[in-house]
Amino acid sequence: MPHSSPKPAKLALADGTVFTGEHFGAIGEAFGEAVFNTSLTGYQEILTDPSYAGQIVTMTYPEIGNYGVNADDVESKGIAARGFVVRELCRRPSNFRSEKGLNEYLAEAGVVGISGVDTRALVRKLRSAGAMTAVISSETLDDDALVEKACNSPELVGQDLIRTVMPESAASWDEPLHKFAAPSAAPPSPNDGTPGRTPHVVAIDYGMKWNIPRHLSAMGCKVTVLPGTATAAEVQALKPDGVFLSNGPGDPRPLDYAVGTIRELLNDDVPIFGICLGQQLLGLACGGEIEKLKFGHRGANQPVLEKATGRVEITSQNHGFALKEATLPADVEVTHVNLNDDTVSGIRHKTRPAFAVQYHPEASAGPHDSGHLFARFREMMSKA
Amino acid sequence: MPKRTDIKKILLIGSGPIVIGQACEFDYSGTQACKALREEGYEVVLINSNPATIMTDPGTADRTYIEPITPEYVAEVIRRERPDALLPTLGGQTGLNNALAVEKMGVLDECGVEMIGADRDVIKKAEDRELFRAAMAKIGLDVAKSRIVKSMDEAREAVEELGLPIICRASYTMGGAGGGIAYNKEEFEKVVAAGLKLSPVNEVMLDESILGWKEYEMEVMRDRNDNCVIVCSIENFDPMGVHTGDSVTVAPAQTLTDKEYQRMRDATIAVMREIGVETGGSNVQFAIDPKNGRMVVIEMNPRVSRSSALASKATGFPIAKIAAKLAVGYTLDELPNDITRETKACFEPSIDYVVTKVPRWTFEKFPEADDTLTIQMKSVGETMAIGRTFKESLQKALRGTETGHFGLGGGKKDLWDTPERPNEDAIVAGLATPNEHRMSFLRYAIKSGMTLERIQDLTAIDPWFLDQLIQIIEIEEEIREVGSLSAVTAEQMRRYKRAGFGDQQLAYWLGAAESAVRAKRKGFGIEAVFKQVDTCAAEFEAVTPYYYSTYETEDESPGAKRVVASDSPSPLSRVMILGGGPNRIGQGIEFDYCCCQAAFALKELGVESVMVNSNPETVSTDYDTSDLLFFEPLTTEDVLNVVDRLQPDGVIVQFGGQTPLNLAKGLEAAGVPIIGTSPEMIDVAEDRDRFAEILNTTGLLQPPNGTATDAAGARKIAERVGYPVLVRPSYVLGGRAMEICYDGPALSGYMQNAVDASPDRPVLIDRFLEDAIEVDVDCVADFGLFLDSDRPGEGTAIVAGVMEHIEEAGVHSGDSACCLPPHSLPPAVVREIEEATIKLAKALNVCGLMNVQFAVKHEGDEFTVYVLEVNPRASRTAPFVSKATGHAWAKIAAKAMAGVSLETQGVTEFCPNGVAPTPKHFSVKESVFPFSKFTGVDIVLGPEMRSTGEVMGIANAFPGAFAKSQLAAGNPLPSSDAASGNAIFISMAEGKKPAIVEPARRLAKLGYEILATSGTAAVLKDAGVEAEVVRKVQEGRPNLIDHMANGRIGFIFNTPSGKGARTDEGKIRAASVAYGVPCVTTLPGCVAMVDALEAQAADPAPHVVSLQEWHADAAPR
Repeated sequence: MPHSSPKPAKLALADGTVFTGEHFGAIGEAFGEAVFNTSLTGYQEILTDPSYAGQIVTMTYPEIGNYGVNADDVESKGIAARGFVVRELCRRPSNFRSEKGLNEYLAEAGVVGISGVDTRALVRKLRSAGAMTAVISSETLDDDALVEKACNSPELVGQDLIRTVMPESAASWDEPLHKFAAPSAAPPSPNDGTPGRTPHVVAIDYGMKWNIPRHLSAMGCKVTVLPGTATAAEVQALKPDGVFLSNGPGDPRPLDYAVGTIRELLNDDVPIFGICLGQQLLGLACGGEIEKLKFGHRGANQPVLEKATGRVEITSQNHGFALKEATLPADVEVTHVNLNDDTVSGIRHKTRPAFAVQYHPEASAGPHDSGHLFARFREMMSKA
Repeated sequence: MPKRTDIKKILLIGSGPIVIGQACEFDYSGTQACKALREEGYEVVLINSNPATIMTDPGTADRTYIEPITPEYVAEVIRRERPDALLPTLGGQTGLNNALAVEKMGVLDECGVEMIGADRDVIKKAEDRELFRAAMAKIGLDVAKSRIVKSMDEAREAVEELGLPIICRASYTMGGAGGGIAYNKEEFEKVVAAGLKLSPVNEVMLDESILGWKEYEMEVMRDRNDNCVIVCSIENFDPMGVHTGDSVTVAPAQTLTDKEYQRMRDATIAVMREIGVETGGSNVQFAIDPKNGRMVVIEMNPRVSRSSALASKATGFPIAKIAAKLAVGYTLDELPNDITRETKACFEPSIDYVVTKVPRWTFEKFPEADDTLTIQMKSVGETMAIGRTFKESLQKALRGTETGHFGLGGGKKDLWDTPERPNEDAIVAGLATPNEHRMSFLRYAIKSGMTLERIQDLTAIDPWFLDQLIQIIEIEEEIREVGSLSAVTAEQMRRYKRAGFGDQQLAYWLGAAESAVRAKRKGFGIEAVFKQVDTCAAEFEAVTPYYYSTYETEDESPGAKRVVASDSPSPLSRVMILGGGPNRIGQGIEFDYCCCQAAFALKELGVESVMVNSNPETVSTDYDTSDLLFFEPLTTEDVLNVVDRLQPDGVIVQFGGQTPLNLAKGLEAAGVPIIGTSPEMIDVAEDRDRFAEILNTTGLLQPPNGTATDAAGARKIAERVGYPVLVRPSYVLGGRAMEICYDGPALSGYMQNAVDASPDRPVLIDRFLEDAIEVDVDCVADFGLFLDSDRPGEGTAIVAGVMEHIEEAGVHSGDSACCLPPHSLPPAVVREIEEATIKLAKALNVCGLMNVQFAVKHEGDEFTVYVLEVNPRASRTAPFVSKATGHAWAKIAAKAMAGVSLETQGVTEFCPNGVAPTPKHFSVKESVFPFSKFTGVDIVLGPEMRSTGEVMGIANAFPGAFAKSQLAAGNPLPSSDAASGNAIFISMAEGKKPAIVEPARRLAKLGYEILATSGTAAVLKDAGVEAEVVRKVQEGRPNLIDHMANGRIGFIFNTPSGKGARTDEGKIRAASVAYGVPCVTTLPGCVAMVDALEAQAADPAPHVVSLQEWHADAAPR
């Protein structure tokens, strides 16, 4: 079988760097903020994570697509990332659950991919220069033109991206956790959900990963999902036992409406649990400030220390913004820190039943170490 | 939680000699642990019988006991040293087993010693199959159906339930010894019987077959705060059915979705918690049914392992070091990640490359052995390669095996384009029954057009891996189609190199010289770049300079800039050390020891050291052994790539064994500055004619000899020098294909088979000196001192040690036992040998190490010294001599090579007359063999080296030292008043019978019962020594083998009159292995053994003395 020359593609960064590779997925051009994820597994979950809206994702692990894609391992209804960069795209996936290859999957979703890239060089660039805008193209191969396009691509800061990924209307959730993530195989958690009545959780969806409501359901909760633009009145009308604030893409600072909603709910003393963007919004609602991290945390190996117990959990993370610890008011306690760079990884309101984490206890992709937080939320609701 | 202050002194148990299943990975982990604990201010006491380790360097621990690792000796060390704690998890299975044994003896309680890391209950729960199964059931994890049996009857019952094929494993053995897969009832009976015997608790576990399932390993760490991290996942290329040590393995796992990976991660942590390993590293193995994802736990090792060494090298996460720190109370979040310095050890490494490990086998040494790969490990070494893709990493790893392959196909070992191309039947057989050539058969299958599905059906190898091979072969086809080097475009060349093809492969298919491919490639600007191994996929800046080559756009190496330290006594700034590659018989840890010493020497001189090696088990590939580490195959291409980038001003080729020496000429031709003895002189020592001239000028004798390239020529020479003759190919290590021929037909037969061993080199033919004493000498010299232009031609040679072999000449020096100082040679003869050595060093202009082998023929009082062989390079005995004399000779030699004379180093001062002071104690080196893994092989010693490792025994006199060496080598010395097993069986070849009379008389006097074959018994009886006549195997029953089976025999003295597994005596010797009865096959060996038994009878209590005490009067250096 002779080698057939694949179609070339290029990736240009706003700083003028251009990488040449081979095209895969959809034909075309994609703009966005170039970021990297260091997880060794879970490219399908990452691609379908709505928090990657507006971004071109680079996988640091070079062999991607090995186990194909399937209908189960999705975190939303489509692919949120704008573009996908890999070193080596798998030609023939192998896994008993595989339904199709990654190339086909991206092509169907209209997402542009590039393979054959020295992704490590790209990551080192992003690590030292910080996240920057970029363009992938299988159409324009002129370096100068591409760099100009990358420079003209809008920055993430200040953009409201949640409207591009949140649901249009309210819905109730009924999908269970995947059997491989079932608690029986998970490490014993300190607080198991108490049986009894079924708490009603309203999950405010800013681009929520589906594994979150799957976990809430597994904890015995009835889950109603509301769009991220929901008002406090809309939430209160559902008489929730608890409110969940989801993850979501981009900069939390433009999301005044969401912050306003949360502020009102805080005054209600309804138990609140936030994840990722949810933590940042809760922090803003309490009066804290947000900073943009140089290149963010994206991966499945981020160590987080829980201050109260001294225990460290290996967590899945995906965020480019974080709460500034010094700006947090006195009634907000930092409960968790990221061991790598000491950034705020978890907070708790000292007088209100509200807590949040910057990382992803729902994992997917990533370790299950923090799954017990859902039980903690469940317990909080049964006490309330 | 900070470190514990209630313990001050910690005992570590090493893993002893290198054997199959337990190799230098435990030197690596043990050395790391010693360093880590001493760094924290603990006093470290070490017991390890293996002198070839860095671990037993007197500077590694505070108190180093080179003593047999048996419960009695470990107990004695504990009683003498009174440590506060025992860390049992770093010395492999040997460490665990001995820790359990001393615990059971009550010694730990008696001396108030706490077991840290893992205690008795943990070890039992992990190792005892039934307890382990119960534990897994408790946490809801699936295991393969299984039954434990303690007798043949129970086994027969179990197989009715579990069905065939069935997996059999013996309890508490390492490397899968005593295990196997039985496909039919006959095999089943055989395997179970052997397993029951080999298991120290006479127990065999029978498992439901999960052959063909996907196999995975997880390396996990836990601290006392219950923080758990997974360091690495490993996926086996070869599915269940091939021992993981014999499998090609890949890190990280390739074909698991995140859901499946996390399920396995959860299970790993759950196993760790349930088994209760409080702190440290463990390894959990899983199998997954590829059809439906059913996952079962196979086993757990509550200790560091071969896989943890691989995982450490694969990720940069130092498992053993961290395990040691966790054992003394630290938690993972308190320890820094050495590689990033900024982040903590409490994280899970992310890697941005693919790591492939390929095992190395040495079946050519055991032609009678079954070379099928099964669940009992048979490989003796491994090589690891790092590439950005699996294709690149696999091809680099195949190059690194040094078996004549330079990737997947293409080269003189490639049969595809030869008349020997295997036909379909051969291919199908090669796929269906895995052996060491499996990768080649996979290639032939793909090239013959066999479909992926058919190959998968025959091998159960995952289609992902198979398609990777297909992709490599598609590129090969393209290369062949391009046809000539001149037609290759830059784009094509880049693609080939990015897929991992070696210049040698391209040269083979394009019909060009390797150097031409290299020149063309460089002309295109296509050069290897070096990327860092940083534990974090570039997320953080890394400070540890650990690199691998690839073909990408960015280079991260420090480049050619180098600085000569102003206060250095050496004129050099950066010296590269070429390592030995994968362990094999003849080239193993001894050479790694030397390479590490070179790195230490350079560090002391302030010269930057650069290590190049591909062996993941070793200390040399620890990232803090040298200043810069390059994990690369040792081929001309890969080494030159590093040289091009770093521009070292010196390269050491004489420490890594034959591997770097084979590269020396090519490197020198490419302008690489080789330091130390010139490759030219190394060549002279190998070249018969030129070496004869040297001997003439020095006035030394050599056995009459000649060289030949064909049978007729060989017979002519043999007629001239007289039979028997010793024949061997030139330029080989470990006596590969070395034989003694007693007549013409044998010689002709040899010549027809030997040409393959080294085609462009002649065969060497020597008159064989029968019954001569062999002597090994190690020497260090600084002739032609590098760059020392003031004193051209001047220099000094120092004899480091003279070793008298126990076994007679004709037994490979790597297989014989030896004693330093000589235990029987007259001082004048020793002096003559020392002088001859110095003359040779001068004549060969040696700078660095040199080893000379002599044979001393004696008739009456007349001693004649012959030079057998000179090797102007590091020898296998260099570490032994260093441990025996108390001086690190390899380090001294490395400094000399770096331009610091022996005089400047102060060596001449403590070695007056060019000879190192003779130690007052006696040190015996004994060899350790892998026969228990190759059942049915005749164990007779000969000129072909077959041992995998060595041990050392030290005592005030030879008999005691020899006795210790036997205990350390695993040959228990039966006591004459033991309840059973105190009979000694003697069967001597015709000419040797009279010589055994006196030794036998001494045995009888000690109270041993003597059994003998009729001939030997008759000779003994005539001399007045009582002996019970025992039937040979063909003489009916009960015969000797029955006596062995009944546990009556404690020792066998059997010198061969014939050789081979099919002879009657061959069967006896093979049976001795199966029944674990030590067997001595040479007359001098028998005599030494009698000495040892006498010494033991006179003083049966174990006595231990640390190396630091033995050498208290030796100058520290």
